[in-house]
This record gives sequence, structure tokens and C-alpha cells, in this order.
Amino acid sequence: MQSDSTHTATPALELSRVVKSFGAVVALRSGSLRLEKGSIHALVGENGAGKSTLVKIIAGLYRRDAGALHLEGEPVDFHSTAQSKAAGIAVIYQEPTLFPDLSVTENIFMGRQPVGRFGRIERKAMRDEAMAIFARLGVRIDPDRPTDGLSIADQQIIEIAKAISLDARVLVMDEPTAALSGIEVERLFAVARSLRDEGRALVFISHRFDEVFDLCDTVTVMRDGAYIDTLPIAETTVDELVRMMVGRDVTELFPKLSAEIGDDVLVVEGLTQPGVFHDVSFTVRAGEIVGLSGLVGAGRSEVARAVFGVDPYQSGTVRVAGRPLPPGSPRVAMARGVGLVPEDRRKQGLVLDQSVARNVTLAVRERLARYGLIWGARENEAARTWASRLEVKTAALDAETGTLSGGNQQKVVLAKWLSSDPKVLIVDEPTRGIDVGTKAEVHRLLSQLAQRGIAVLMISSELPEVLGMADRVLVMREGRLTGEFDRADATPEAVMYAATAHEETVR
Amino acid sequence: MTTAIGTEQVVRSYTTYAQPLWRRVLVTREASIVGLLLAVVAVSMAIVPNFDSPLTVTFLLREIAPILLIALPMTLVIVTEEIDLSVASVVGLSSVVTGLCVQAGWPFPAAMALAIVVGTLAGTINGALVTFVGLPSLAVTIGTLALFRGVAVGLLGTTAISGFPDAWTGLARTNIPGTPVPVIMIVFALLAIGFAVLLHFTPFGRSLYAIGLNKEAAAFSGINVGMTKFWLFVMSGTVAGFAGVYFTLLYNNARGDNATGMELQVIAAVLLGGVSIFGGRGALHGVIAGVLLIGTLASALRLAGVTSDIINVITGLLLIVSVVSASLLTWAHRKRIAAVGKRKGRLAARAAVP
Repeated sequence: MQSDSTHTATPALELSRVVKSFGAVVALRSGSLRLEKGSIHALVGENGAGKSTLVKIIAGLYRRDAGALHLEGEPVDFHSTAQSKAAGIAVIYQEPTLFPDLSVTENIFMGRQPVGRFGRIERKAMRDEAMAIFARLGVRIDPDRPTDGLSIADQQIIEIAKAISLDARVLVMDEPTAALSGIEVERLFAVARSLRDEGRALVFISHRFDEVFDLCDTVTVMRDGAYIDTLPIAETTVDELVRMMVGRDVTELFPKLSAEIGDDVLVVEGLTQPGVFHDVSFTVRAGEIVGLSGLVGAGRSEVARAVFGVDPYQSGTVRVAGRPLPPGSPRVAMARGVGLVPEDRRKQGLVLDQSVARNVTLAVRERLARYGLIWGARENEAARTWASRLEVKTAALDAETGTLSGGNQQKVVLAKWLSSDPKVLIVDEPTRGIDVGTKAEVHRLLSQLAQRGIAVLMISSELPEVLGMADRVLVMREGRLTGEFDRADATPEAVMYAATAHEETVR
Repeated sequence: MTTAIGTEQVVRSYTTYAQPLWRRVLVTREASIVGLLLAVVAVSMAIVPNFDSPLTVTFLLREIAPILLIALPMTLVIVTEEIDLSVASVVGLSSVVTGLCVQAGWPFPAAMALAIVVGTLAGTINGALVTFVGLPSLAVTIGTLALFRGVAVGLLGTTAISGFPDAWTGLARTNIPGTPVPVIMIVFALLAIGFAVLLHFTPFGRSLYAIGLNKEAAAFSGINVGMTKFWLFVMSGTVAGFAGVYFTLLYNNARGDNATGMELQVIAAVLLGGVSIFGGRGALHGVIAGVLLIGTLASALRLAGVTSDIINVITGLLLIVSVVSASLLTWAHRKRIAAVGKRKGRLAARAAVP
């Protein structure tokens, strides 16, 4: 693919046309990446573009189904993370994985401590080397303190120190700055630049364009599991990158039905939980689908959970149909007509070991009871009605929900909440991980619900879904609402800007 | 393919159950325990001398009554993936409280009421530590097992109180007229019906299974997981408090070390009865059969002249075999589902290829 490249030197790492699928889902259709020595390479793309899958293949966590992987020109094949590490590849994830009770030094040398006579660990040698690495990186961290209580930034520095002590030639950083403040970012960048100057190859994954342009020299764009293009940073612009990232045709079916928009049903004002979301205010009206867009980690699900009462919030108010909702009580929220189809259907939405019938009726169990008693026949009757309305594909109502396919599991979650006859339905990533056909069905369903006068708040990381389905689009970034667009004004570029840009660049 | 949401039209039809009724009733763990119980009873009646005498039945039921009683709330606790190891200590504490009150000249009903209140308080302490402090129930109740026992022994020392009113000790030993069944079984039957309805026929019971299998999904379905557990521990304490009073009357003896080790007998019987220690599975009739099975087996073996250490070994083996067989069955079931899933996955993959 890149044989026509002008680079003559052997690249540090090269992936070409790498394919990875999970069952019927293709996560990576054609992933290509060419890393030069002494360079910082940005990898950008929407959520679900395949960046993480690509990184996990480099790390040896996943095995590719097809395609080639070359390290220093030699074809390699990693069966485990240990092999990838041994070959000189280090991956630093967004959330560092350190042992909190062990010291900084012990963490750096975990599993490969230098040993002296009688197999004793040579603590002094270990400590000296840790000090030497920190000196090289120009950071001051006490090598003897436990890592518990260190900031995320310092923990990342320790991960980097670990990589250096391994003499990693390729260093992949997956959204390292997501949890960092401005000064910490600067320090991380200084370390990254010094590593580049030592001739190592770095990959930097970030959604923040200002950082990409500040730090990197080359950028590769991915979209829908495939390589799009690689450009020198100096020859591109934010606009061009955004266009490449979102520029797909909306080929899927978004059956948006026109619905009559009524009164305010869900009114959220000034919702704040320090460190999670700040001053979030919005309204969802009857018959309206409001899309809540933003990057993963922007605080969208957290807002939804706080509104529903599963998570706490410090200040702000939530009102449903004019009445204030007390915080922290899903029970009251449900009684007032709020439903939440959660982000993680397997963990939060369903009891996988229970039958379809029990899952569909779990949220309405009290309503199904007569004189306080509940009978299987009534549950089955209710479950049958809703399963058939949603066309859940299962042979029997007592089949374990865990045996159903992802799309059908999601239909069970939707059935569970629709049977509760909600006024407000919050759906968090309603079509994540389900096939295209079922996706279209879920979209049609949401449209029909809106038409019946239900206020729908739809959280989605898929831009086409938000743009295709929503009457209004809200955008969150780093815990704050950073944009609100009417259906007509909601272009991919505008939403993407609001989701990624920093304060200075926001419209 | 139109989804007819909001209309009464039924597009797809489902069978309610994948398997016929007889399989759902008979091919269950509960049914196998009931079957085993019947087999043990039949064999014992045939070959163990005196096993079929009314006196054996009376003594057997009297002896296991406290275990039967405490097993009821214990089942609910274990279904939510928690455990209460302090129940036997609560029995001891309740026994001591009953004894001290009677010794102080209280009328017996007042002593009994206080003992039950003390049991309820003990359960409240357990529940509060689990729910409001957020500690694991295993650790909490290991602690309160020692604490309540310590208080019980501390209050009464190594002495014992006897001489309870004859009317009450007599009542504890009376049979239902015309049967060899002690009257405590009436109390048990009423409680058993209550707990069975609570577990199997109320929204509260439904929430217990959901909690046991997936706490997070339960919370997302509007179930107050913490408060639910709190009330279960309170119930457990109340019932153990009552069992303590009965225990005292039955043996006409209040001691700090009464019922030591009974918590393990209760938990063994509950697990034998088909309740999963990992929560979310089990039924009350299985538990009752489990208690009766252990009791009957021990009684028959004793009558046959087997020593108590051998009886313990046999009971232990039975429990291990039953738990292992349950795990094996689950494993086989999962294998089958996985095989079906794989087949489906392959088909889907093939279908996805254009």
C-alpha cells in the first residue's frame, strides 16, 4: 500500500492491510500504519474507527486475521503481549495499570527484577536505574513511594519509564492526555519529544486536534475500520482531518418520522457532579428525539445515569413533566415515567442468566402484581406482548437471555423499558455492537416512540446515527455541553468541532 | 418486516417454555433432593429398626426445627449472594436473654418478646454493616458470630439457667393431637408459607434473584439493592431470635454456648437443597427437603448404631457430591449453549459474506 512512499529508511513498524473481526463483526477492515524512527505519529479517527483494535494488534493482545506486520523490516507475529514487549513495543493505555501498593521502582521492574546471588532482588540496582531514567526524562518522582495516590500524569510517566527500561523502540500512547491538565500535558509532551530525539517511534492517539498539531509530525486517519490517508502534519489542516474522519456516506437507513413536538417533558438545569460533569442544562420535549453526541468519556452516560438516579449529583435539578425528581432514586424516576436503556446491556441492562420473560418484566414487576402477589402467567403474558411487538427472536420465553444475539438482547432491554410505558426514554448507545438490519429496526422503533409522544434522549457515539435520527443535537466535551444544533444546522463538521475543539476554537 | 409498536397486533408467537411440564418439574435439583429424601426415608423404614416409630419422627422434627426455621431467611440471604454466619450465635444470645429474664422474674411471654427483639437487633447490626458501611457479609457475620457469642457467654458465664415454666416447656414438646408431629411444626409451616410466597410470588422475591445474579442490572431496574439486603438480615436475626427461645424451651436450658456450630448445619442444608452459593438460584421446597434429608439421614444412621463422627463424614460427603454435581451440570449446560452459539456464529459469518 505504501510501497510508493518516499521514505527510504526501514520503518520501525509497519502494518499493512491488517484485518480483524470478532464473530460476524469486522472491527478492522484494512488497517495500515507506517511508523518512522524518530517521529511522532498521530492516529486519528472517530470512535469505532478501529484505532483501538489496531493498537491491540500491535500490543499482541489480539491476533490479526489477515495482513502483514513488519518490525524493522522483518515480518513478525505476536501471540501474546509478552512477545510484543520483548520485541521492543510498549503500549501505554489511557488508564495506567500499576500496582497501587508497590513502590514506583517495583512497578517499573515488575516481573523482571534484577536478581543477585541466591535469587535475591537487587533493590539498589533497581532503584539506581529508576533514578537514572527519571533523570533522563527530566521528571522528579520519588522512586520509593507507592504508586497509590500519584496523579494519572505521574502514573503515565511511570509507564513510560517502564517502556524505556525495556528499551522500547516503538511506544504507543492511547489517548494519554484525556485525563491530564495543561501543565501535565506539556510535561508529557516534553518527554515524548526527548524520546523522539533518541530515535524511537511514537504513536499518539488523541481526539484533541490542537495537541496533534502541536506534538506530531505525521498523521494517519482511519474511518470505519479502514486506513484513509497518511499526511505530514505541516501539509494538512483541522478541517481536512475532520472531513476525512467523518466523510462517509450515510448509507444506513435512518427512518426519521415526523412527529408533533409537544411540551417540555424532561428539563435538566445546572446538573453538576465535580470531576464528572458541570452545569449541564437541557430540555427534551414530547415527541422529540434529542441526540447527545460527544466523544467517549465526555460525560454523556454519566449525565444520563444521574438523571435516572443511579449515580449521584451535587447540584442542579431534574424535572419530569413539571415535577422535580429527587436525586438518587431510580425507583421514583421510573414511577414518574423515566426509562433508561443503559450503555452496557450485558452488565447493566439485563440479567443474562434469567429468562427473557423475567428480564422483560423486571422493571414492571410491581405493576404486574395483584394484591402484592405476582404470577408467572401474568409475567409471561406481558413478556409475550412486548417480545412480539419488538420481534425478539427467541424460541421460548423461558430461554436464558444470555443465549440471544446482541441485537435481540438489546430488543429485550427495549421491551423491558417500553413495557413500563415511559414518558421519557433515555437510550445510551442503543445500537452499539448490533448488526445493520437490527440497527435499522431499532431506529424505526425510536422514531415510532417519538411519534407516540415519548421524549427520547439518545446518546450515541455514531455521528450518522445522531444526525440521522435527532431533531436536535447536544454535544458534550469534558463534562460540559459545548454545542446545541437544530437538525438543519447539525453537520458532521460542526458536531465534531464542538466535541473535540478547545475553548478558543469553540464556535 | 414492520414493527407494530403501539398496536395490539401480535406479529410473532412464542412458546412459553422450551421444555414440557414434566421436565421442568422433575429434571431439577429440587426434585432430585426430594427424590433422595424419599429414598432415604423408604430405605430407613425398611432396614433400620425403630426408624418408623412415632417417637423417632417426634425427636427428629423437634431437633431439626431450629435449623428448618433459620434456613428460611437464610435461603433468601444466600439467593442475594450474601451469607449470615452469625445465626447460631444469635440463637445462643436469645437463649441467654430468655434465661436471664425468666430468672429476673419476668413473665415468660415478655422474656420471649425481648429475646426476639434482641435477635432482630442483632440482624439489624449485620444489615447495617453490610448495607450502610458497605462491608462484605462474610466478613461482617464472621465478626458478629464471635461478637454475639461472646456477649451471650459473657452475660451468663459458664452457668446455665433452667426451670422454665412447665406450661411453656411442655408446649415446646407437645405434639399435634393424634400425630407424632410437634406443634412447633405449625409455626414452621406458617413461616414456610410466608417465606415461600415472599420468595416466589412477590415483586420483592423477583428482585432477590435479580440482585443475586446481577447487582448492577438490578440497580438499573429500580431495585434498592442495599435496603433489600438490610431487611433480609433483619429477618434472619428475628427468626434466629425466635429459634433461640424454642431451643431454650425444648431443652429447658439457657446457656451461652447453645447451638454452637448450627450456622454450618443450616448453610449446608440450604446448599444441599439447591441454592447456589453464588446467588440467584434456588427454591424453598428444595431447602426444606435438604434440611429434612440431612436430619433423616443422621437420625437413621444413629439408630443403626453409626457413630456421630461417621455421620458427620457422610453428611459432608453428601454436601460435596451435591455441590460438585450442580457445578458439573452447569458446566455441561454452558458447553451445550456455547456449542449452539458457535454454530450460530458460523452461520452468521457465512451469511455476512456477500
